[in-house]
Amino acid sequence: MGRPGSASTLRRRAASAALAAATVVALAGCGGAADDGLPTINLYYAPEENLGAVVAACTAQAGGRYRIVHRVLPRGADDQRVQMVRRLAAADTSMDILGLDVTWTAEFAGARWIRPWDDASAAEARRGTLAGPLESATYRGALYAAPKNTNVQLLWYRADLVTSPPRTWDEMIDTALRLKAQGRTHRVITMGAQYEGLVVLFNTLVASAGGQLVPDPGARVVVDASVERAADALRRLATAGVTSPSFSNAMEDAARLEFQSGGGAFQLNWPFVYPAMREGAPELAAKVRWARFPALDHSRPSRVTIGGYNLAVSRYSRRPAQAFEAALCLRSAAHQKHSAINDGVPPTIESVYADPQMAEAYPMRDTILAELRDAANRPLTPAYQNVSTVLAAALSPPSRIGPDTVEELRDAVQAALDSKGVLP
Amino acid sequence: MSTRLSRGRRDERRLGWLLCAPAALVMLAVTGYPIVYSFWLSLQRFDLKFPDQRRFVGLDNYAAVLSSDAWWTALSVTGLITVVTVAVELVLGMGLALVMHRTLVGRGLVRTVALIPYGIVTVVAAFSWRYAWTPGTGYLANAFANGDPLTERASALAVIMLAEIWKTTPFMALLLMAGLALVSEDLLRAAATDGATAWQRFTRVTLPAMRPAILVALLFRTLDAFRVFDHIYVLTSGANQTSSVSMTTYNNLIKGLNLGIGSTMSVLIFIMVALVALVFVRLFGAAAPSGDGEERR
Repeated sequence: MGRPGSASTLRRRAASAALAAATVVALAGCGGAADDGLPTINLYYAPEENLGAVVAACTAQAGGRYRIVHRVLPRGADDQRVQMVRRLAAADTSMDILGLDVTWTAEFAGARWIRPWDDASAAEARRGTLAGPLESATYRGALYAAPKNTNVQLLWYRADLVTSPPRTWDEMIDTALRLKAQGRTHRVITMGAQYEGLVVLFNTLVASAGGQLVPDPGARVVVDASVERAADALRRLATAGVTSPSFSNAMEDAARLEFQSGGGAFQLNWPFVYPAMREGAPELAAKVRWARFPALDHSRPSRVTIGGYNLAVSRYSRRPAQAFEAALCLRSAAHQKHSAINDGVPPTIESVYADPQMAEAYPMRDTILAELRDAANRPLTPAYQNVSTVLAAALSPPSRIGPDTVEELRDAVQAALDSKGVLP
Repeated sequence: MSTRLSRGRRDERRLGWLLCAPAALVMLAVTGYPIVYSFWLSLQRFDLKFPDQRRFVGLDNYAAVLSSDAWWTALSVTGLITVVTVAVELVLGMGLALVMHRTLVGRGLVRTVALIPYGIVTVVAAFSWRYAWTPGTGYLANAFANGDPLTERASALAVIMLAEIWKTTPFMALLLMAGLALVSEDLLRAAATDGATAWQRFTRVTLPAMRPAILVALLFRTLDAFRVFDHIYVLTSGANQTSSVSMTTYNNLIKGLNLGIGSTMSVLIFIMVALVALVFVRLFGAAAPSGDGEERR
């Protein structure tokens, strides 16, 4: 029990004064205006090593009207989303531009957390942009984001084991079986763990079979012959004896490492594996070539699922006009080229691929571009997180896909689309 | 003089109440309001992804949660973790408490060392466990496991429980040590004189005298273990059906943005925790020794 005026009261007073001072400092740090009085446009974006130069260039381009600050989000995709979602649910006015994974754009638009782009800015964002990435940024006919970068998986194969790359899924498995019979390196390495990567693979297979799990406007799941065909293809890969024992547990980096240490003849993975291989295993990299993702039928080219990031403007931003302008600058053709060369993220503007400087950084750019021209998106629905969760659960492990799986999938995905029931 | 004193005393009492009031009101506001609000949310269809579909649905969310396999799986995982970890911690904690209580040499050192696991931030400790059990980089995985123990349900649960036990046994020991201090040395000496063996002294004298302390320790740890989250979040993120109820609630509420279903789960957890507390307090109340330290049966 402290008496009034005792030492403990004084200490407490000093403590609360210190707390107040700290709060003032913290608030000043959060405020829109910094020392020089320039308004700040806050860009919430994943860590990207050389984004700083782009941000600086766009601040310079603003000519003293505003300054862009990159607020670095966590590295993990889930953590990025959760941080933005929590701030938006609390109507945080300090966020202006948001870096959204292609699969979150519909969700944020559905929750009315991001603004539809006005006609002039939208026209600018659409100009020269590839159709697939653009589709991922569109919700109910309106553009809600500007595609900043895209991504697409390729087939990586060992030219010392096969002379020409397999064109179809079955051809790939048969070639692997033949290599296996000869006692040579034969494995097909890709991501089969119960997570987003498995959904990406399945979505590619469904699209390659000519289907679409959730066609526009994204309210009903369609389980047709193409979905069955995709499920069959996935099961065949998992049960043919050509995958690694850790297939049902492998994510991107584990797959990359296994192939990079010489464990496979084929790898289905994102382009980041190539620079990593050139650095980590140069002799192997010299033997590795790339090709378009295998098709399901000879008559129909594969349609590959795209990844990537879109830039959106928060509904709670106090400076939406400047935010749209800044977002357009951050994803301009010149800056996309910079990011592609320095950070390895494939551009969404088609003309950038033709740039001579891209040839060195992107030897596989023609294949990437060919896949991007008729790429497939994952279901564009606000409930995508739910859909992805139940899809991954229903398809895992791929070796146990059976006749009931497709039926199960229909009910589970529909419930997820309606955001009914409980997420595991 | 005497009236002045009693008046002063009355004033002091009133001042006491006034001084308490802000704290009591703040407590009510920060605990009462969220509980009531959660309950209100749990009666609505309220998914942030579909703001237009918000409406009152009565007990539909409770039906959805209680009829879902995911919830019951999570509940059984949580129950298993709670029962196993609390039981093992009680035994280990008792041993540790006896050691700490009886040590004559380097008492401070022994107590400090025993408390180190409890002092480490849970998430940091959980990451150490994760890397230790990851094949290739981890010494434990290389020594004891073939394959990746964190990707199979049984072994992943075992690792989670191991981490949990390692982390909180010192806390259990600390609470039990406080109980050991209550055991009268005279009683133990008298029992020894009467020919009781060490085991008999422990079970017949020490344990009964410690009963209140044991129950408090069990209550604290049970409530704590029931809400297990950080170890699971870091070690498996709930993969392979290793989610606890807290983890499932987080997935629905924070990741799934479904405030209705998520709040329903929160309310259910609250009810279960309250029930556990009630049972323990009843048990504790019945077993509490009367003022003179004698136990009534």
